[in-house]
Amino acid sequence: MPLTIPREELMLQGHTACAGCGATLSMRYVLKGAGEKSAVAIPACCWAVIPGEFPYTALKVPLIYTTFASAGASISGLREGLDAQGKEDYTVLAFAGDGGTADIGLQGLSAAMERGHNVLYVMYDNEAYMNTGIQRSGSTPYGAWTTTTPVGSKRDYKRENKKVVADLMIAQNVPYVATATIGFPEDLERKVAIAKSIKGPKFIQILSPCPPGWYYNSADTVKISKLAVETKVFPLYEYRDGKLKVYKPAKTLPVSEYLSLQGRFAHLREDEVEEVQKAVDERWESLLKKEQS
Amino acid sequence: MPIVPVTYLSSSTRVMSSWRTSRPVIDYSKCTRCSICWKFCPDVAIDLITDVSLGAPNDRFKALEAPSIDYDHCKGCGICATECPFDAIEMVREEI
Ligand SMILES: Cc1ncc(C[n+]2csc(CCOP(=O)(O)OP(=O)(O)O)c2C)c(N)n1
Ligand code: SF4
Ligand code: SF4
Ligand SMILES: [Mg+2]
Repeated sequence: MPLTIPREELMLQGHTACAGCGATLSMRYVLKGAGEKSAVAIPACCWAVIPGEFPYTALKVPLIYTTFASAGASISGLREGLDAQGKEDYTVLAFAGDGGTADIGLQGLSAAMERGHNVLYVMYDNEAYMNTGIQRSGSTPYGAWTTTTPVGSKRDYKRENKKVVADLMIAQNVPYVATATIGFPEDLERKVAIAKSIKGPKFIQILSPCPPGWYYNSADTVKISKLAVETKVFPLYEYRDGKLKVYKPAKTLPVSEYLSLQGRFAHLREDEVEEVQKAVDERWESLLKKEQS
Repeated sequence: MPIVPVTYLSSSTRVMSSWRTSRPVIDYSKCTRCSICWKFCPDVAIDLITDVSLGAPNDRFKALEAPSIDYDHCKGCGICATECPFDAIEMVREEI
């Protein structure tokens, strides 16, 4: 059969991610879209560990590890350095977690986008600080269990809504902003290829399911990613030239189909699931309104 | 420039099979060579090979590239078995 994504692998086998890691699929597809003339900066996160300890690497492209808050600054410097050497054909990208993007790296990201460097910032969103043991981040969704929102007898699950960094980037009028997820590799790869073709700052947020952090069977990673889109919990959209385009799934499902597969939502009562449904519906409507305006 | 550690060994040189508790086994008589399992493998542990001696639903499929599990790198996550639209992959428990 003809392959639907490029054949060449720039992420190699033998990496040390957990079995069924969605963040690993994110990297695999991103590099397929970006191509071998890429340079990647990775701050502290699972992906700082996944390539393997010294002297191993799992990437066929140059990779630099940065401090937790510095992905935005690092890609700015990498870009300017490469341009100074005449290597303008290289794609410079950050590959950072949600903690490193929505929380500690936010100002560095925002500043890099504002300065207008020709870079692609990829946020792989596993919705918590996984590398250090599943602590809540600004990108953790409402209702989730994490080790710092441990539920318990006080029902202390995450009470705050997800901070959607892609929306912040749209508010900042970044030339190309997209959301994607690993259940739709062709779509993801296409978005990276578009980002690569645009000269200027770009941002892509990729929902990347995490079996130990979300508490589900590792075989369900792709299934859960698809369900996130079909239940509209994680809408796919693109923002380009000031226009928003929202992907409308052919079939849609209630949020319970997505939540019930994951142990991190197992404590939610029916009325609480209803609340989640209501919030998801409201966000969807507001996205559609923004698309029309 | 200060001296910084530079990696030089490809991760593919190491064997990850001890991480696995169950292994995917392909029933080629059901496999239509759609390559969906290849596409969704997070460990890049499914190769595409041409081997006419493998089984197939019918002879027409035999010339197409077929998936072949790289058991040195498969961690046994089971995504391929979940995603195969033809139920051609079974997860079989490893003897420990
Ligand atoms: C300044 C600083 N604070 C804390 C840490 C410890 N630390 C390393 S990775 C990590 C979690 C990263 O979370 P996220 O960015 O979401 O990536 P993930 O691990 O989930 O892939 C933390 C807190 C650090 N390396 N540097
Ligand atoms: S903790 Fe989650 S994101 Fe990190 S390597 Fe494991 S599966 Fe991947
Ligand atoms: S997904 Fe199933 S049918 Fe398709 S190539 Fe893999 S084993 Fe064969
Ligand atoms: Mg994270």
